[in-house]
Amino acid sequence: MSQVSETTVDRQIDTSHMQVSKTDVAIDVINMHKWYGDFHVLRDINLRVMKGERIVIAGPSGSGKSTLIRCINRLEEHQEGQIIVNGTELTADLKRIDEVRREVGMVFQHFNLFPHLTILQNLTLAPIWVRGTPKAEAEATAMHYLERVKIPEQANKFPGQLSGGQQQRVAIARSLCMQPKIMLFDEPTSALDPEMVKEVLEVMISLAEDGMTMICVTHEMGFARQVANRVIFMDQGQIIEQNEPEAFFSNPQHERTKLFLSQILH
Amino acid sequence: MTDIGFVRSDLVEARPAPVRTTGAIAWAQKNLFSTPLDTVLTILGLLFLAWIVPPLYGFFFGNAVGPNGTVEQCRMENAGACWAYISSEMEFFIYGFYDIPEQWRPNIVFALGALLLVPLLIPKAPFKKTNAVLFLAVYPIVSYFLLAGGVFGLREIPTEKWGGLLVTLILSVIGITLSFPLGVILALGRQSSMPIIKTVCVGFIELIRAVPLITILFMASIMLPLFMPQGMTVDKFLRAIVGVTLFTSAYVAEVVRGGLQAIPRGQYEAASALGLGYWKRMWFIILPQALKHVIPGIVNNFIALFKDTSLVYIVGMKDLLEAVKTKNDTALEWQSGNTATTGYIFAAMVFWVFCFGMSRYSIYMERRLNTGYKR
Repeated sequence: MSQVSETTVDRQIDTSHMQVSKTDVAIDVINMHKWYGDFHVLRDINLRVMKGERIVIAGPSGSGKSTLIRCINRLEEHQEGQIIVNGTELTADLKRIDEVRREVGMVFQHFNLFPHLTILQNLTLAPIWVRGTPKAEAEATAMHYLERVKIPEQANKFPGQLSGGQQQRVAIARSLCMQPKIMLFDEPTSALDPEMVKEVLEVMISLAEDGMTMICVTHEMGFARQVANRVIFMDQGQIIEQNEPEAFFSNPQHERTKLFLSQILH
Repeated sequence: MTDIGFVRSDLVEARPAPVRTTGAIAWAQKNLFSTPLDTVLTILGLLFLAWIVPPLYGFFFGNAVGPNGTVEQCRMENAGACWAYISSEMEFFIYGFYDIPEQWRPNIVFALGALLLVPLLIPKAPFKKTNAVLFLAVYPIVSYFLLAGGVFGLREIPTEKWGGLLVTLILSVIGITLSFPLGVILALGRQSSMPIIKTVCVGFIELIRAVPLITILFMASIMLPLFMPQGMTVDKFLRAIVGVTLFTSAYVAEVVRGGLQAIPRGQYEAASALGLGYWKRMWFIILPQALKHVIPGIVNNFIALFKDTSLVYIVGMKDLLEAVKTKNDTALEWQSGNTATTGYIFAAMVFWVFCFGMSRYSIYMERRLNTGYKR
């Protein structure tokens, strides 16, 4: 559990736009199962995410956290049950999959920027070729988001010339350029040096402040406390427990959760 | 006030001037004679050069018969290379049996080709798209009608008469421009999750790679007509082009597959997650990176193709090498001790110039495209 950190951003979180919708469902996962060959990775997952929710998924490694969010934009296929994203059910239909992916941004542990393209090209590629945005407009949007993640001056560099933290911020900006309705974060800070974790969390918090629907697989418990409105604990492919962060950390119900928290919080 | 124990009061004596570190002598000392072993090797190397250079110089220049020489000079004792033979038969080496009064037509094709290809290879030259369309779509058609004739009042010249460098260049240029995209498609097909496409691609690649080029050319020229309906023939030249192209594409496919495998899964996933479909993913993200990795391997295949075009002699075509051989055997008026040797040396030099050019260009492209991992 060495990668767990308690980095917090010392400022007041502006909660004025952080409203969870009571009626609009963003993601609905119903009785979902997934196998890798014979290995049952996800067992009977039921998860309803409302618009504007900020969810942190925690749990030991191998518990299926990443697999779960990768199922939501179909980087992984599920075998049983339903996943409905923005009202579109994910099936083998490629058209629908691309429809869902357009509206769901994803940030990866290892950034996965395109090394042969400049930062600006990384940001404008999908808007131009998926959404059909005119180039000038796509570049203006890209610069807007680069400013938002505070690195507009890097626009014409290549990913290899940036630090890890900068690369991850570019990756977030790249997703935002598609103006997604939902953002998935797959351990976005796990590959970063401690001093860079903060700059990335800062960007994620500002996203939350704008009311973005977010699901974050992360070991940043400080982030969970400050930003999440729900923490989900997974173990061995199942959702064991879910609660508001305050209650989750101070009063865990399940033995397995207690053990996990006692290991990571001293 | 101070606790410095010792302060020097007079200047240190000047040190001797450093041993020479620049200039020819210093360079020789450092690179040629720095150790006893180096010295021995240097001397041996110089002896080797002294042994080999003078006779070579004599053969190629000193005793050689220049382009304007006569066959009598070539037949003299101690005569070197017979360049007069090359210059007198140059037309045959370039055009084969192509009718002499019509040779302006291949000349226009050569000039057009150079005019379109050179700016296409220079990254900074403008109008890349127009240029590419002209070279890949318009140029082949124009060239075909110019060379073959039969239209616009041009006299028809059957492909049997084409020969020499003309044939070598046509085969290689068409072979290279077709086998590259075909190879990429085969490589993508081999990685496809669709079983039929995958099986077809794997089967094709493995079949072609398991057979020598000679066999493919034989099949194309002798077996193929047997399967054709009576009276229908496909031009021999076309058959050779198809054979060479299919052969090279199978090799290119395997090289490209290596490049595809070097691309981390995260690149596919990031592209997918942005909503890019399969072809856009491949075109914008995967192939640019994969192909960059395999430039040396692909150019290797192109160089091999260029040289392998000389195998078309077995189906009765006269490429550059075969044209040289034909003249060596038949030009009795030029027979001398060194005529044949000079002919082959000439062919080798032409092949070398083209292959070396491809090699240098690929190195240049590798450096230019090395942006991705720039730090």
